[in-house]
Amino acid sequence: MEATCDQGSDLTEDSAVEHVLDAGVDAPDLTLRATPDQSLSLREVRGCPVVLVFYPADWSAICSDELSIFSAALPLLRKHDAVLLGISVDSAWSHQAFAQEHGLHFDLLSDFESKGAVSRAYGGYDPAAGTSRRALFVIDRDSKIAWRELSPVALNPGADGVLEALDALPADGGAG
Amino acid sequence: MSLLEPPVGDGDRVLGPAAAPITLVEYGDFQCPYCREAEPVLEELLAEYGDGIRFVFRNFPLEDAHPQALPAAEPAELASRYDRFWEAHDLLFEYQDELSPELYARICESLGLPLREFDAAVRNGFDRDRIEADLESGPRSGVNGTPTFFVNGARVDGGIRAVPQALAFAAE
Repeated sequence: MEATCDQGSDLTEDSAVEHVLDAGVDAPDLTLRATPDQSLSLREVRGCPVVLVFYPADWSAICSDELSIFSAALPLLRKHDAVLLGISVDSAWSHQAFAQEHGLHFDLLSDFESKGAVSRAYGGYDPAAGTSRRALFVIDRDSKIAWRELSPVALNPGADGVLEALDALPADGGAG
Repeated sequence: MSLLEPPVGDGDRVLGPAAAPITLVEYGDFQCPYCREAEPVLEELLAEYGDGIRFVFRNFPLEDAHPQALPAAEPAELASRYDRFWEAHDLLFEYQDELSPELYARICESLGLPLREFDAAVRNGFDRDRIEADLESGPRSGVNGTPTFFVNGARVDGGIRAVPQALAFAAE
């Protein structure tokens, strides 16, 4: 598959932001393949904060950087008991090879069948490119979206927004 | 906007006058080829800005992708105890193709660092406080790859190619 990170799209960045789910809403549940043999559901990790990293594609230079940064930030995420999940439309086989090649120590989920369904549920799918946009979500312990950010596809957003959002979560996980 | 956190302080590796109006920070990985490519450009920029700029290097070894990145950072930290950080830094990038324990020992030797101290550090583990502080500050600052540059505390997007313009803007 040939998805590249900088294919154009009919949606402008501004209108794309309107589609992305807002903070305060319930995070849609998802069940996706984490490996060719195993699936992972969001409800399995309820009670922990969850960081979702939607990205366009394995194997492109910018994506490698973004996921490597998050992988390097894992110790900081673990201080919050946060679970880190990467999501793209690539197959579980691609994810497996990619994670191994880059030494990533967190699950990459395959939004492959049906294609982009979870990305669409979160409002982060780019139908013109056939890939997810570059979107970050922090989900709190009650499975509500606490923070989210959509980035231009060509820009790696880094982990600082996620870390600040995790710092801001109430310690007891209460909804407020 | 992603901002450097924490700001440049006492523990940092700084090249240039403390009072320089422009501060350029690089988060780098000694095994990263893009960081190596940036070196000659940085050298030119530092020469161009002279006393008007101070340059800071912070470690961001991408350990998973670059297995020698953290081991390479350690002799540089040892060298910094003897005020020879920048020489070690330059040698590590110059000999990036040969990163290995043998190279680190050669570098320490050529810089006149006490070999006994190097051997002890290899046995007991190097002083990693600075490296770990940098590794924590990196994600918090919004490091988004290696190298990531900050001009006067603000992240520069676009790598080394975007740095000359960012510096020119800061100098206005």
